[in-house]
Amino acid sequence: MEFRQAKTGKLMIEILPNKCDFCGCCVGVCPEDAIELKEAEISIIDERCTNCSKCIWSCPIEVIVFNKTGVLFQR
Amino acid sequence: MKKEYDIIVVGAGPAGSMAARYAADKGVSVLMLEKDRDVGYPVRCGEAISKAGVEEFINIDQKWIAATISKFGFVAPDGSEVFIDFGEAGYVLERRIFDYALAESAAKAGAEILTRAYVNGLIIENDIVKGVKYEFRGEQLEVRAKIVIAADGVESRVGRWAGLKTHIDFRDMEAAAQITAANIPIDQNTLYFYFGKDVAPNGYFWVFPKGNNKANIGLGVSGITGKKKSALSYLNEFMEKHYPDAPILTSIAGGVPCSITLDKISAPGIMLVGDAARQVNPLSGGGIASGMIGGSIAGTIAGDAIKQNNLSHILTYDKAWADRLGKRHEIFNRIKNGIYNFSDEKFNAIAHSFLKVPEEKRGLGNLFVTALMNQPSLLVDVAKVFFVK
Ligand SMILES: Cc1cc2nc3c(=O)[nH]c(=O)nc-3n(C[C@H](O)[C@H](O)[C@H](O)COP(=O)(O)OP(=O)(O)OC[C@H]3O[C@@H](n4cnc5c(N)ncnc54)[C@H](O)[C@@H]3O)c2cc1C
Ligand code: SF4
Ligand code: SF4
Repeated sequence: MEFRQAKTGKLMIEILPNKCDFCGCCVGVCPEDAIELKEAEISIIDERCTNCSKCIWSCPIEVIVFNKTGVLFQR
Repeated sequence: MKKEYDIIVVGAGPAGSMAARYAADKGVSVLMLEKDRDVGYPVRCGEAISKAGVEEFINIDQKWIAATISKFGFVAPDGSEVFIDFGEAGYVLERRIFDYALAESAAKAGAEILTRAYVNGLIIENDIVKGVKYEFRGEQLEVRAKIVIAADGVESRVGRWAGLKTHIDFRDMEAAAQITAANIPIDQNTLYFYFGKDVAPNGYFWVFPKGNNKANIGLGVSGITGKKKSALSYLNEFMEKHYPDAPILTSIAGGVPCSITLDKISAPGIMLVGDAARQVNPLSGGGIASGMIGGSIAGTIAGDAIKQNNLSHILTYDKAWADRLGKRHEIFNRIKNGIYNFSDEKFNAIAHSFLKVPEEKRGLGNLFVTALMNQPSLLVDVAKVFFVK
């Protein structure tokens, strides 16, 4: 089991797979430019994220969650 | 496609298309890159705009008008309804077609457009922006330009890569959820606004007619509210209560940056327009018209800069924007902070006193006066709106 690493330790921010609407709201508030958003593809740039949670509060449809134990690499 | 352009515009929304058109009108070479496969789709917008806001830029065409607006309806928390007829009409657009028409007008002026082109970096030399890096059909490519205009919407990442601070405070970001529903029996010429902490805390809930009893129904909530409850939950509750059986035609998320304009919207080789520059009217959340205005100003200045071979001319854009709308938005922003903190009781009181005004005398001005009587400290800010030109 390998955890993803944020700028400040373990990554705890998780965008739930296949639920995002690609609206860009989270990207607009992220102070670290740590979210990559293509036409229909979203991902966190781990090494920039500080787990500040602002993206979670700004997601209109609640598809970003705080994962206290840390986010695992998807295989 | 060329290897180098005078001007590259990133993003083909209303702001980008107007920047591209006004620049191309000056006879310079322009390329506009859009990451989505279609200009104008998906639509993340309530689509309401004033008549003047459209007419400055394009002749009215029924093919992108969904409804014509002549009335505002305000619904207070206790259900009291206040209607105001206002002479000057507005519209609810079909933005999917409207945005397309705007891009077409840029193309007619001579701009090239490429969709499915995802910009993911800038070419920067000696601290000056010299072009963009982008992904197109799986290939990583570059194209150079003398000036890059970032019109990349709410995300506004392009400006950050040039060192500008573009992210906005999560409290100022209105996280929005909206559906387009059918069988909504409302007046097709009225924009409805609902207020109150149960419906739309610190903002408003909108029901905008889209013709044939369809409507755009949605709201935005500040990140402060979002910590506890999302826009989607509020929307679901509203629909459950008012239109439980309405067929849902589309459903989208979106972000409206409701703040004052960024401190800096130009730097060597780059200019920011529209949502990317945070040019939305922070009181209404409307950004179509103001984005087109920002885009047209930036496009004109950029075109002139190339023509005069004086690239530092683009740095005059900040002031040109501030004079046209930026300063006004600062006042709107203060009014917003006043009004959206009204308690439910205050909203109800305003509606009740307004309903005492004889019908023929009811106007937006009157409503404002009534609101002010309930919050006199706002008066100073409102007065300023009329003095800032
Ligand atoms: C739910 C909601 C309701 C709204 N209701 C209204 C309303 O009723 N009236 C009103 O006036 N305004 C409304 N607004 C605001 C309005 O939609 C925006 O202000 C307006 O669309 C801004 O135009 P723009 O050109 O700046 O950005 P956009 O229209 O967002 O266009 C930006 C474009 O850039 C593209 N892009 C982004 N990043 C890249 C990249 N890296 N590479 C290439 N392309 C990129 C995007 O795909 C997009 O097409 C609403 C907004 C929302 C979210
Ligand atoms: S937690 Fe903070 S830094 Fe990380 S992606 Fe979200 S907003 Fe950005
Ligand atoms: S705010 Fe939510 S829906 Fe919008 S892009 Fe971010 S994760 Fe997706």
